[in-house]
Amino acid sequence: MVESDEVRVVRCGGSRIHYRKALFSVDSRFLLCAAGNRVQVLSTQSLECQHILEGHSSLVSGLVLNPANHLQLYSCSVDGIIKLWDFTDGLLMKTFHTRYKLLALYASAAHPGVLFGKIPMNNEEASGLFQLVALRLPKSSRQEEDIAELSCVLMDVSPSPGATCFSSRGEYIASVKDLRLLVYFFSSQKAFSFSLKATGKKEVNNVFTCVDCHPKEDCIATGHMDGKIRLWRNFNQKKTYTYCTMHWHHSAVSDLAFTPEGTNLLSGGVESVLVQWRYDEPQKRDYLPRLGGTIELVAVSPDGSLLCTSHSDNKLTIIHSSLKVASVVQGLIRGGTVRAGLNFDPRSRALVMNGRPGHLQFYCLERDLQLYSLDIVQQEIIHECGLQQFEVAHVAFDAKGAWLATVEERTGKRSDVELCLKLWAYDESSQSFTLNTTVMTPHDDHVVALCFCPGSGTPMLVTAGSDGCFKAWVLGFDSDEEGPKPGWSCDFVGTYHGLGAATCCFSQDGSILAVAFEQIVTVWSPLSWELLATFCQPPGHIRELCFGRQSCARYLLGSTSANLLCCWDLLTCTLHWSAKLNVVVLKGDPWSEYVAAFAHAADVTDLFVFKPSEPRPTYVHREVCHGQVLHAIFTLRDSVEDTCPWLSKSCLYLLTENLELLLLCTRAEEERRAMSCTTLGAAPDEDVLATPFSMLLQRVGMVAQEECRTAHPQPPQSSVAVRELLQTPAHVLPAATFLCALFINSLLISRSHKDVSNMETEDSDGDREEEEEDDDTDVDMDPSEPQKVPTFTDGTLTLTKVQEKELRKVRKLDLSWLTGS
Amino acid sequence: MTAYKPTKIQSYPKLGEKVTQDTIYWKNYKTPIQIKEFAAVTKIDFSPVPPYNYAVTASSRIHIYGQYSQEPIKTFSRFKETAYSGSYRDDGKLLVAGSEDGLVRVFDLAGREALRKFSGHTKAVHVANFTSGKYHIFSGGDDYSAKYWDMSTASELISYDEHTDYVRCGSYDHTVRVFDARTDKSVLNMDHGQPVESVLLFPSGGLLVSAGFITDLCLRQAVVEEKPEDEVIAVGMTNGILNIRHRKQTEEKLLMENRKRRKPAYRYYVRGKNYRPKQDDLLVSKPVKMHLKKYDRQLKSFEVTKALDTVLEPHIRIKTPEVTVAVLQELNRRGTLMNALAGRDEKNFSILLNFLIRHIVDPRFARILITVADMVLDIYGSILGQSAVIDKQFVRLQELIEKELDYQQELVEVLGMMDTLFATMTAKKEALAPQSRSNGPTEGQQHTEVMPDQEAMS
Repeated sequence: MVESDEVRVVRCGGSRIHYRKALFSVDSRFLLCAAGNRVQVLSTQSLECQHILEGHSSLVSGLVLNPANHLQLYSCSVDGIIKLWDFTDGLLMKTFHTRYKLLALYASAAHPGVLFGKIPMNNEEASGLFQLVALRLPKSSRQEEDIAELSCVLMDVSPSPGATCFSSRGEYIASVKDLRLLVYFFSSQKAFSFSLKATGKKEVNNVFTCVDCHPKEDCIATGHMDGKIRLWRNFNQKKTYTYCTMHWHHSAVSDLAFTPEGTNLLSGGVESVLVQWRYDEPQKRDYLPRLGGTIELVAVSPDGSLLCTSHSDNKLTIIHSSLKVASVVQGLIRGGTVRAGLNFDPRSRALVMNGRPGHLQFYCLERDLQLYSLDIVQQEIIHECGLQQFEVAHVAFDAKGAWLATVEERTGKRSDVELCLKLWAYDESSQSFTLNTTVMTPHDDHVVALCFCPGSGTPMLVTAGSDGCFKAWVLGFDSDEEGPKPGWSCDFVGTYHGLGAATCCFSQDGSILAVAFEQIVTVWSPLSWELLATFCQPPGHIRELCFGRQSCARYLLGSTSANLLCCWDLLTCTLHWSAKLNVVVLKGDPWSEYVAAFAHAADVTDLFVFKPSEPRPTYVHREVCHGQVLHAIFTLRDSVEDTCPWLSKSCLYLLTENLELLLLCTRAEEERRAMSCTTLGAAPDEDVLATPFSMLLQRVGMVAQEECRTAHPQPPQSSVAVRELLQTPAHVLPAATFLCALFINSLLISRSHKDVSNMETEDSDGDREEEEEDDDTDVDMDPSEPQKVPTFTDGTLTLTKVQEKELRKVRKLDLSWLTGS
Repeated sequence: MTAYKPTKIQSYPKLGEKVTQDTIYWKNYKTPIQIKEFAAVTKIDFSPVPPYNYAVTASSRIHIYGQYSQEPIKTFSRFKETAYSGSYRDDGKLLVAGSEDGLVRVFDLAGREALRKFSGHTKAVHVANFTSGKYHIFSGGDDYSAKYWDMSTASELISYDEHTDYVRCGSYDHTVRVFDARTDKSVLNMDHGQPVESVLLFPSGGLLVSAGFITDLCLRQAVVEEKPEDEVIAVGMTNGILNIRHRKQTEEKLLMENRKRRKPAYRYYVRGKNYRPKQDDLLVSKPVKMHLKKYDRQLKSFEVTKALDTVLEPHIRIKTPEVTVAVLQELNRRGTLMNALAGRDEKNFSILLNFLIRHIVDPRFARILITVADMVLDIYGSILGQSAVIDKQFVRLQELIEKELDYQQELVEVLGMMDTLFATMTAKKEALAPQSRSNGPTEGQQHTEVMPDQEAMS
């Protein structure tokens, strides 16, 4: 038993980007979204990832812009850590520790220095009760801070971040839970509660789902489980409140958002239609249908020009305010079904798995990017809860990637299972798969396995069904004259004593086909379709079959439900060895002779890698993950890795019960991956700026600066205002009161240019108190920072406050000793 | 974002014969006209000049038919015995015929009486025709001789006696001989191997075709100015039936062409199309509008009952039942089939039931239609007995399904018998492996029989 520390288990593949509402920066140039343990800063124009804010060690559960400085971002994670970032530079500024599980984060401009978060009551989540608390941020210059001061604002709130909303001016807070809307006024410290009846008439479900406050007026919009939207007004009294109801959604409203001016209200739900309601005329609606998965969250940019919807299929859609889709950020779709398992496309080297309903996604793991999505079912998706959709159940690629076979299944309520086998040919010209043959109902019952014959010659596909037969499909040229359009047809149907087939597998050269029927493994020759041999190792049904490769091609491996892993020798037709293992996934490496077996025991899964010729494993990895492994696949790697023999040509991906995609790789590789991540994270902002327009702006800015510099030392007489005043005839001059201010201004000697720019930045920073606080924090920054030469290339020309402070210090310093000596 | 995906209509493989050039050619003919003659038709000859009448020789008569008439225009009946080989001259003005009594007669198409009678054959003359020189006739008789006549002088020029059996175009002595009119010997002798019934010389003269025993068949090359086409096919049969097929008239096509909408005038046609955008023009592209079928439009707006009504309209449910079935399937997938089926009045419902009765046993549609029938029974089971029409249809449906069940039962029995037969045949060979190969193909057959479900997609 060898257990080396060379091999690591690494989480890979896109994390959930639809978990929390995406956030627009104030100028709508950046989109901030929480993705697992990280925060991504995306450019809204190019969708390029500008920065990845890394630092949290658990799931990021809330994002909020610093109301005092809109270039800063607070993020919180479920382990109770709040971090303050400068997201334009991708820098971590401050870390606050709380000891509570934070589920949502809010901030309000009316409450400076205070953040609001949702935490479980008594800090235990099992109670199912949550409260909204105010977290007072300590004012100190240290990088790491503990937040001890904590005051409860509202008890018993919903843990969902969308269920609570601050009014735009921060005077009240609206929160919904179950059948109750709670409005809490900070000034009067009064809470008003409005309840709805549980059930009135038929199909009424008044449970609240989400809430949003109107930015200008005193109006609260709430979404409900039955698809209604209510607009509440006059809610600062208990008695005379009013509400009006708008109804379009047929199932629950997932999220609501007012546009910044409050003219429109946006709502989305499971129908995947973004509905835009006019605030004044709720009868008028605009729709944007067919956006993909369920709309879970809707975000609006502060200038109202862009919308962003988050979908359940791990997707962000950026939409123009004219309801036109601008762009889509698609992550690895992991929700829903994973029946097709993990597959490797040999041509594009992409991982192929279930994507959107009825689609296959081709995911490039190196770039962590979805290459494309192939529509298998080719039907209109009806977004409705509880509706049985067609699902892609099995996928197989042939050895060269020229053919793709898919099986889609749908189990209806009344009718039995509907099946469809589709064969797709790779089209060189369009660089994608095109449908070649459709076979309706290839089997009378579920298809359990399908595999292509790896040998050369006419392509052959074998499908095995639980109706007790396996069928061989071959590509034949139709005898029609109208063109050589090859289609697939059934060549052979084989059965074995009417037993249901469990799985099937071809040997490496395609000369032998093994089909498992319940407890028995049958071995067939695909050339003559003769039954060559049978193997049986009762008790227990066969789960998986796998042929040895290369030097071990004479062995056939099979795992049974009776916790047995058997290895048969095909030459002598005897059992070579067997091992007592509860193997759930058995996968052979197509590029080497090794076989990986995942054994599940006591809620953990162990990995055994072995050669079929030897009963001893070459590598054992205990506790690869918790829970079961659902699927695994070996993929070809680009460069040969020397450190680990069984990972030299390929790497092993696995999909766990929690739909996490894990990668087994060597340590060197892990380090390389980490490196590539950081380089990506440090991707410069210049990508966006290097447009012709930005270059023009830079040039103009520079010229303007030059002019400024030359203009300032000149005497005031040459000022335009003075010259005009002196040279224009008196009778055409405007009134003296008007000219006075101009004239006096022109006589003033302006300060140095830098100071002017400092003034500007100060003005934009808002109130004084905040600025000072910021100054404190900035002083502690690393000393290299202030030495940066301020660049004049930028049109707006900003100096950081650090530099400003430095300058002030320099000015105050007594430098007389220099000259005096 | 993505466009609406229209309902997928399954295309089922066409059963029956394949469409080839031949079938297309024969499709172009109208259904044949049949005319009963008195006896076996021995010869049909088309006039080489318009209006392309044709002479049909049967019994002791030669009938001249016009192109479209089913009654003879003219009849030559001055034969005492059976007439043979009524043939036109090149200019279509004269007709020659042999007869059982050994005479060769030449008729003028205008008159009734024979212009010339050539006597010289001692037995029946089965073949007589004009040579290309217009003034000479050759004939062959059962007296083993072939003769060459001059018309103007009504005299026999040469007699060839080389054949050793009846001369019928070629000869029953299995040979085809080519004679030169200038000599009295055959210049070429070909052995057919069978009695030769008919010889056809290709117009180019280089080839000739000889045939064994077939009764006459004759194609007319109608010379239409632009396109030479075979307009009429006349077939005479030994049972005296004359079968005439006309080519489908081009007049209809012409009419269609006339009726076809005129294309818009050129300047309107190209309006705005030849405008090239200048360099700094802002190009506003119009989104391509996707055309949807009516039922798709209704499905798109979730009007399920209306969509079902649309596909139950006669032109869809009769001509393309697969569309109706595809929409039913789509509704079932959406889980709204029940809603679409419910709430129909008697007339509407009887249409639906009729559709079910017509197609429920069709293996292509059975799967979904059984579900539909199930639902129909669930919904409308309670109103049974209120309408005589509906009740009758329900009974028919029941009978149909019972019949189908019996039929399937029988098929399974036959399959079992075949399996036993195959098993006994291959028992020795498959001693090692108990499960024979034979059940493979039979099951495959059954599969294709019950469910012809494969299709080649474009």
